[in-house]
Amino acid sequence: MYPPPFEYVAPTTVDEVFAILAERGDEAKVLAGGQSLIPMMKLRFAFPEMLVDVNRVPGLDYIDDADGYLRVGALVRHNDVVASDVVGRVNHTMAAAAPWISDPLVRNLGTVCGSVAHADPLGDWASVMLACGADVVARSTSGERVIPMADFITGPFETALEPTELLTELRIPKYGGRGGGTYVKLERKVGDYATVGVATHLDLDSGGTITVAGVALTSVAPNNIKAVEAEQALLGQTPSDTLFAEAAELAAGAAEPKDDVRGSAEYKRDVVRVFTRRGLAKALEHAQA
Amino acid sequence: MNVTVTVNGLDRSGDVEPRTLLVHFLRTALDLTGTHVGCDTSNCGACTVLLDGQPVKSCTMFAVQADGRSITTVEGLKQDGRLDPIQQGFKEMHGLQCGFCTPAMMLVSKALLDRNPDPDEDDIRWALSGNLCRCTGYVNIVKAVQWAAKERQGASA
Repeated sequence: MYPPPFEYVAPTTVDEVFAILAERGDEAKVLAGGQSLIPMMKLRFAFPEMLVDVNRVPGLDYIDDADGYLRVGALVRHNDVVASDVVGRVNHTMAAAAPWISDPLVRNLGTVCGSVAHADPLGDWASVMLACGADVVARSTSGERVIPMADFITGPFETALEPTELLTELRIPKYGGRGGGTYVKLERKVGDYATVGVATHLDLDSGGTITVAGVALTSVAPNNIKAVEAEQALLGQTPSDTLFAEAAELAAGAAEPKDDVRGSAEYKRDVVRVFTRRGLAKALEHAQA
Repeated sequence: MNVTVTVNGLDRSGDVEPRTLLVHFLRTALDLTGTHVGCDTSNCGACTVLLDGQPVKSCTMFAVQADGRSITTVEGLKQDGRLDPIQQGFKEMHGLQCGFCTPAMMLVSKALLDRNPDPDEDDIRWALSGNLCRCTGYVNIVKAVQWAAKERQGASA
C-alpha cells in the first residue's frame, strides 16, 4: 500500500523545523518515529501534503534528570526508555510502561513525544503523563509554551498543539519525597491496543502522608482520562488497603468503557478497579523500597 | 529523490518518490526479494530489516528516511560463503515451515544475539514477540535461536 504523494523535507536544525512549520504548518505533519503516522497514511486516514522529517535534527534524543524534572526529548524512542537507567531510577511509571508499548520492532523507531502528540485515544503514554503530572513543551518561531498534560489532549487525535509548533520535550516532575508508580496493561496480544491500562503515581512525605497522587486510565473513555476523584481521595491520606480499594472504586466509576471486541463494558470497569488497586499497591512498594 | 543506502555493506543508490516504502525500494529497485511484505499494516513483522543493527519494519518506513544509513537484509547474513550461525540454527532445528516469516525471524534473532549472546527462553520469546509465524512454529524457532547462541559461544571460546 502506498500513501498519497507528499512533499518531503528533512531539516537538520530545530530552527529550520520551526521556519518550515511557520510557513506550511497547516498542511504539514512532523515525522518522528512514524509508527502511527505511516500506517495511517497508507490506510488514507491521514494525507498530509508535506512531511517534515525531524530525525536528522541532532540533540533531540536526550533523557535528562535536571532541575527537578525528567526531561524526554522529541526523538527518544520507546526502547531508549526501556534501556534507560535514569528513567528506571527516577520514574517507575514510565519505566513500567515502556516495555508494553506496541512490539519490539515498533519500539525501536516510535517516539514517546510523537505518541503523545499523535493523541491516539487508545495510546498508553498519555495516561502515564497524566498520572505523573507532566508538562508538554511546545516550540515554534514565536517561542516556547509549556502546556500541562491535563490541558493538552482536547479530543481523539486532537491536542492543544498549534500547527506551527513542534513538541520538543516532555517534562515529568521528579518525586518530591519517597515516590513510586507503575503502569498495568491488559492486552490480547503483543502489539495490540490496551483492553484496559492504568497508570499510577504516588509521592509520600517523610511522615508517610500522600502529597501527590496520580491515577489515569487508557482505553476506557473517548480519551485517556485522569481519575480525578480517585486522586482527591488519596491526597493527604496515609496509604492503606482500604484507602486504595476506595480509590479503585472511584477510578472504576470514572471510566466510561464500551462493549467491543476486547471485552464488555462491565468487564473493563472491573479491570480498572483491580488494576488501580494493584497499581497503587505497587506504587507504594516502590515508595517504601 | 535520490537516496543512497548502505545495504549489506554495499552503497546502493536509487531515485525514489518520497512515498516509496523502504521494503519496496529493497524488493523492486534493488531486487532483494528476501524481505517479505506480509500484512502491510505493521502487524506481522515479515518485512523486518536491520537499520544500523536494530530490527525495524521496512513497510513502516520510507526509503528516503534510510538515506545515508546502513541496512542489513536476509541476503546479508551469509558471510564469505558461510551461513550465519542463525541460518544454520534454523536449518538444524527445523525452525521454518513455509518460510515466509523466516528472513525476519533470523534478522531479529541475530540482533538479539549481537546484544545478548546468552539469552534465556524468555529473552528470546520477548525479542521475537513482534514477529508472527503463520505456521505457528514458534517452538522450533526458539530452539533455532538457542542453537545459534551455543554455536556462536563455541566459535568464540
